[in-house]
Amino acid sequence: MSEFNQSIDQSQAKAAGEKLKLGPNGKPVRPFVMPKTFWEKLKVWRYMIYRRILQLGILLLFFGSAHWGWSLFNKPILRGNLSSSEFLGVIPMADPFATLQIFLAGHVLHSSVIIGALVVFAVYLLLGGRVWCSWICPVNMITDLAGWFRKRLNIKDTLRVRRNLRYLLLIMSLALSIIMGVAAFEWISPISILHRELIFGIGAGWVFLLAIFLFDLFVLKHGWCGHLCPLGAFYAIAGKVAPIRISFDKPTCTHCLECVHVCPEPQVLDFKRAGEIGMISSGECTNCGRCITVCPENTLKFDLRHKVQSPQKFSKLKVVSQNSQKIS
Amino acid sequence: MARNASLVAGGGSLWAYLLNQQAHANNNAIRPPGALAEKDFNAACIKCGQCVTDCPYNTLKLATTGESIPIGTPYYTPRDVPCYMCEDIPCTRACPTGALSPDLNKIEDSRMGLAVIDMESCISYLGLRCEICHRVCPVQNKAITIEHHPRKTSKHSMFIPVVHSSDCTGCGVCEKACPTDEAAIKVVKAEMVQGKVGEHYRLGWKNTGEITQKFKAPPRKKQTKNKPAGGLDYFNNGSNDELIEGEIK
Repeated sequence: MSEFNQSIDQSQAKAAGEKLKLGPNGKPVRPFVMPKTFWEKLKVWRYMIYRRILQLGILLLFFGSAHWGWSLFNKPILRGNLSSSEFLGVIPMADPFATLQIFLAGHVLHSSVIIGALVVFAVYLLLGGRVWCSWICPVNMITDLAGWFRKRLNIKDTLRVRRNLRYLLLIMSLALSIIMGVAAFEWISPISILHRELIFGIGAGWVFLLAIFLFDLFVLKHGWCGHLCPLGAFYAIAGKVAPIRISFDKPTCTHCLECVHVCPEPQVLDFKRAGEIGMISSGECTNCGRCITVCPENTLKFDLRHKVQSPQKFSKLKVVSQNSQKIS
Repeated sequence: MARNASLVAGGGSLWAYLLNQQAHANNNAIRPPGALAEKDFNAACIKCGQCVTDCPYNTLKLATTGESIPIGTPYYTPRDVPCYMCEDIPCTRACPTGALSPDLNKIEDSRMGLAVIDMESCISYLGLRCEICHRVCPVQNKAITIEHHPRKTSKHSMFIPVVHSSDCTGCGVCEKACPTDEAAIKVVKAEMVQGKVGEHYRLGWKNTGEITQKFKAPPRKKQTKNKPAGGLDYFNNGSNDELIEGEIK
């Protein structure tokens, strides 16, 4: 695919008679070009397709277990919803953020919800906290759709909000849980409303989701998921230590910024820091894989933290020693 | 900075207001067996619907957005599908948070609501032999009993159902079975209809022992001054007096 891109780019550049722009690594900057054939396009969309299959598949498993009696070994496959569930009647799962709020609201928790919350939290500690956001959360499909329309219709932001606002909302939801004696975010969470009403019967909850869609479309790019959602903020904290990361191969990067254009959390693509440690380190990265498929140089890919970190530490030491030599 | 702080304060108080409206408002929801008291229940329920999935009779529902019942919490409507009081209580067993108390071991001990009878529309009070509620009641002959009230000749004697809160679980099988257009026996939350007799009432038929010193009423609090009654004292004076005098004349 890269050869294919290269030939197109070079011919385009020649046709335009322009000088080739060079990246910091001395190589020409090539833009990402969407391939022409359907199968090549599928390859670019692959992570998006996997994500949608997982998001819809999980909802379908919940729905099937609740309404069509889907079961395995005489146990419902996935009973409950994304707030709390049980897999095959054995493994309890619970939203750790909701569980924390209920605990703070002053309720003595039953053991199964605590175990469930720990199970889910452990999974996200391994996979990256915000894997929830881009691979599981059903609201992601709505906000991604808004983002898609926004790009096509070329809509500009009408509001500026700091991305850190979500951490403030996270603190507020915990504080209000204590003060009000109920799980503050869980009671108004559009995420819970969406999957709950899809699985157990539809009410007026779509109004909230339409509001989020319109907010993301007309008011603020990636407004809900990227600026407001306290659940995403909660998982972002968990995601800081996850071993699965997007690795960054500094020598191949030409700073073409294709990844920044598609990233829903572009602040995580800090090239300076990523070059130093060889990976995207921010917990706010949702591991959605958009950047991987648009990178024309294959600089970015899914990798394990320890694999990336150990050689990079070594090279960092080398850099330090070179610098010290220069100074002396 | 001040603008941001005021925005946060405003947003926070709006949020708190919404929570208060939602979670602490009175509602008439009939909860699944073993549910904690309404306030604790609302705090503990994670709204996962596992009780709904495990109910073999499709009795339970989760409240959707826009209903008067707190959002996402389980409830049931006895006239549609009552609780059939499964002995193994699967809904309560499925609850991960303990909002449906795991301490409930016998379904007869659950108190989902209390059946109340509308004497005006109950056909037993019209002198018909109905007694359907008594016959279908799962807590047979304890939660609902039949009282026999003979009346004057030309009128059929009444066999009226009486609900006993000591045994009624509020399952609603009676409400489902009631043959009137709108059920004459309905399950409501017990606290909506139940009164409380003062502790100083001595029920002679329950106290079989001697009436001794300890039955003496506690000393009365000194009343400072008798306030005049607010309403018309129509027994001795006021407008009714004149009326009666007028009739005599």
